[in-house]
Amino acid sequence: MRRFIPNSNADRTAMLEQIGVANIEALFDHIPDQLRFRGELKVPGPLSEPELAARMSELAEANTPVRPADAFLGAGAYAHYLPAALDGIISRYEFLSAYTPYQAEVSQGTLQAIFEFQTMICQLTGMDVANGSLYDGATAVAEAVLMSLRVSRSRKRVVVAGALNPLYRDVVRTYLGNLGIELDEVPFGADGTVKPADLDGHLDGASCLVLQHPNFFGRLEDMAGMAAAAHDAGAHLVVAVSETVSLGLLTPPGEQGADIVAGNGASFGNALTFGGPGVGFIAGRQKMVRSLPGRLAGQTTDQDGRTGYVLTLSTREQHIRRAKATSNICTNQALCATAATVFMSLMGRGGARELARQNTLKAHYARGRLTAVDGVEDVFPGPCFNEFVLRLPGDAAKIAEALLEKKILAGLPLGRFYPEMAGAMLFCVTEVNSRESIDRLAETLEGAL
Amino acid sequence: MSNDGTTFREPLIFDIGGEGRTGYALPPLDVPEADLAAVLGEGNVRDTIRGFPEVSEVEVVRHYYRLSKWNYCIENGLYPLGSCTMKHNPRINEVMARIPGFAESHPLRPTSAAQGNLELLHSLSELLAEITGMDAVTLHPCAGSHGELTGMMMVKAHFDHIGEPRQTVLIPDSAHGTNPASAVICGFQAKEIPSGPDGCVDLERLEAEMTEDVAALMLTNPNTLGIFEKQIDRIAEIVHARGGLVYMDGANMNALLGKVRPGDTGVDVLHLNLHKTFSTPHGGGGPGSGPVAVKKVLEPYLPLPVIIREGEPADACYGEDYDRPRSIGRIGAFFGNFGVAVRALSYILSMGGEGLSRISEMAVLNANYIRKKLEPHFHLTYHSPVLHEVVFDDKHQAAHGVAVGDMAKRLLDFGFHPPTVSFPLIVQGAIMIEPTESEPREELDRFIAAMIQIAGEAERDPELVKGAPRSTPVSRLDEVTAARKPVLRWVPAEPDGE
Amino acid sequence: MNPQDLLYSKDHEWVRVEGEDGTVGITEHAQKELGDIVYVEAPETGAEVKAGDEVGTIESVKAVSPLYSPLSGEVLEANGGLDDAPELLNQEPYGNGWIYRMKLGDIGELDGLMKAEDYEKLVSSEE
Repeated sequence: MRRFIPNSNADRTAMLEQIGVANIEALFDHIPDQLRFRGELKVPGPLSEPELAARMSELAEANTPVRPADAFLGAGAYAHYLPAALDGIISRYEFLSAYTPYQAEVSQGTLQAIFEFQTMICQLTGMDVANGSLYDGATAVAEAVLMSLRVSRSRKRVVVAGALNPLYRDVVRTYLGNLGIELDEVPFGADGTVKPADLDGHLDGASCLVLQHPNFFGRLEDMAGMAAAAHDAGAHLVVAVSETVSLGLLTPPGEQGADIVAGNGASFGNALTFGGPGVGFIAGRQKMVRSLPGRLAGQTTDQDGRTGYVLTLSTREQHIRRAKATSNICTNQALCATAATVFMSLMGRGGARELARQNTLKAHYARGRLTAVDGVEDVFPGPCFNEFVLRLPGDAAKIAEALLEKKILAGLPLGRFYPEMAGAMLFCVTEVNSRESIDRLAETLEGAL
Repeated sequence: MSNDGTTFREPLIFDIGGEGRTGYALPPLDVPEADLAAVLGEGNVRDTIRGFPEVSEVEVVRHYYRLSKWNYCIENGLYPLGSCTMKHNPRINEVMARIPGFAESHPLRPTSAAQGNLELLHSLSELLAEITGMDAVTLHPCAGSHGELTGMMMVKAHFDHIGEPRQTVLIPDSAHGTNPASAVICGFQAKEIPSGPDGCVDLERLEAEMTEDVAALMLTNPNTLGIFEKQIDRIAEIVHARGGLVYMDGANMNALLGKVRPGDTGVDVLHLNLHKTFSTPHGGGGPGSGPVAVKKVLEPYLPLPVIIREGEPADACYGEDYDRPRSIGRIGAFFGNFGVAVRALSYILSMGGEGLSRISEMAVLNANYIRKKLEPHFHLTYHSPVLHEVVFDDKHQAAHGVAVGDMAKRLLDFGFHPPTVSFPLIVQGAIMIEPTESEPREELDRFIAAMIQIAGEAERDPELVKGAPRSTPVSRLDEVTAARKPVLRWVPAEPDGE
Repeated sequence: MNPQDLLYSKDHEWVRVEGEDGTVGITEHAQKELGDIVYVEAPETGAEVKAGDEVGTIESVKAVSPLYSPLSGEVLEANGGLDDAPELLNQEPYGNGWIYRMKLGDIGELDGLMKAEDYEKLVSSEE
């Protein structure tokens, strides 16, 4: 442990002498004795690197090993292949350990990367302005709802279309719970989506309607129709996106009437890592820019006329506006946003589309293969992106267990969130799943039933 | 003109490359082709992404490599930012976080398949509870302010549960802006209480303001001046006597490891910053992690899920507990920033209990060393003993027209990142210096020499300081225009251009 | 020098009275203290305001200052010119940098405002 604390005992002695202090304890003895901890912290270690690596590997190995190709879980976290060049960049010390770019003159790397991130989010979502990231998809949607409430001021209701990721919905509920705002939910229909006709009366006095696209079940929603319905009621349409790879191929929410788009960009360039760190994002219309939460990187010039970047519109934020800030967020997910930017750059225009295309077609193939198995049925017929729901003959959670024994991580048993759907499973297929692994899933599933 | 990015302007990625260039190769599609419009539905397929880059891997790597050279980082040298605890980020932590068993694990795996991850989270929670002297810890919050929000939501839930709808939270005027912001998002009103002449909580004022409408006092200890709140137990008594709770912002925990456990001082709830005290990298502004530690009184309100252990340690089995009727609910989709938790646990195990104590000792010694050496040159606002950080102000230099912001910019010319300036707000022209324990003496001496030189320049040649920085990739940036006419994204030169 | 024909508040605002209406802005001293103004949030047309209410904000890069209404009444118009050019507040605080016009609700309140001479004394005492 000394390797992280450079000053040795000899250094300590010399420094104490130079400042005229008898010993280290003298620096703490102004703290009243009754407040002092005099014991020893019960913390294992210190471990050397080899010992630490052994211990951590032991923990990692206690997770059931499954090849990425044999995993079919989505539901808000998506496995995608990460190019080698990406890690080479974001593991560079200059991006990794840099502080928040408040001193812009020595933070141009981070600031320009964040400016590029903001731009790419706008290009993908079809919106005017985007911020420099939030924590994750769930909190981003919560922030979008709070933003809508700020802009509409006197409205006290929020409506959620029922196929919003239940984890996102739960977080929105937690955030709104203390603010006296009513959260109303419109149930999804038989085809796994929510239609404008289903909104009947729900939108009265609502600040916004939250619609996920593709939704929790992988289904595509009628964004334009829902936008029109929301606007007719004087409400915002907030579109939630949990699988940003979809934006490479699907019509951008900004072109369908969305007022705010928010979600999780972790699919771009960030490993699953048990769900975090992710990359929340939020994008809005130009006229709402001062209501955006979180950090914003802006372009400007220096004294010599050179282009440069700074954090801007800081008066929205907590360190200046304090109690009246647009959000309390301080630290965001800068490195993860940088990773997303690098990933999107490597993908490029063609790659982003091809990635989404392969996800779509592999999921389509898998859906066909699996519904061909006796007793397995489509629950929500209709277009899906890279996720779909199937009904299995029996308890989905038990079937998942059986598949896990064959080293296959099946889709999400939906009974966990929807007790009435205990026989249903939400499958996700990405470019990481090969045809061979999809076929193996189908065969193994057949064998398990 | 040199090619390392320090003397020419690296363009935006959108202005690099050209049509048809690509940086990524997917394997060929191995499933049957199908018409996308048929599969996805007419009208659901977009046009090409206008303006998205078309670049090769070569150009991407060069672009971001060059950008990286424009960043200061902890590997450059000292980052003396007060209350940020910019310490060394051990490389082994990066290796641990990338172990495939962690990196490739999906958060919705069945519990039985995620035992290693759940054990890691449980273990880290227990260690943080031990270090802080608290009863339970949640690792869900993704950053300090997220932790503050979580902690204050739990406070609110508690008072709602016992039928006391208290509206107010007391916050010292020296507090970080996230404190009042977090309180307000919880539905509280934030009431500022002025600090006393010693920079600490004024007990008389606290007693006057502490009514039964006050849910909590949010304070930082040591405070944002680096000064330990010596009367914290008395403060806690005053708050508790009226049924309130004490929230501690644990951003300054680096001063207290093994020396003071907040739980022993009357604190009911606190948050920690893993990206400060526990060495996880700052990443240019995140990701962080803001665990919240609570006493038993608030345990029922912990966010979902709570990681539990069943069985004996040798044979333990870990689970996710959702059966908690008084929980505030979910504050994030999954388990918080798990990758950050891996790094923090690696660090704690690398240090051990004895190592953690040594951290605080050296952090405090380094700060006091700087204080002693700079006292003859800079005005010390408060004369109380300091722990791991020290606050000076620009009073002497302001007499020559040089402000703290100018001195910060001049430090850049000496190759240092500036300390925190203009915070806390209660000090006019504040400069807040926290070296941390991971700085060698020689680096401290270099910093001290630079600061002394700048103090001298402020007297002899103020224009030199005011015109700084001169040796950075860009000179002072026009923040006024950036705020008046914000440009927040690139747009193509020709509106219809591809 | 502060124009003699205006009335001043202790919050460093001025009022130009024209019949039953008043134009409100901030003083030279105030704009200097605030530094470069980047954004002004003025009260909405039609809003009823009371003397002493916080009716808007004035932002510089690093700070936000509240804008208090010196008088009670109804807001008639906010200065749209400040949307594109907030710097007018710095350059012409008594001219094109005006912030809003209002219909005066209570002429008697004018007695609570200061003349230029007294305002200048206030500024000197604060410095």
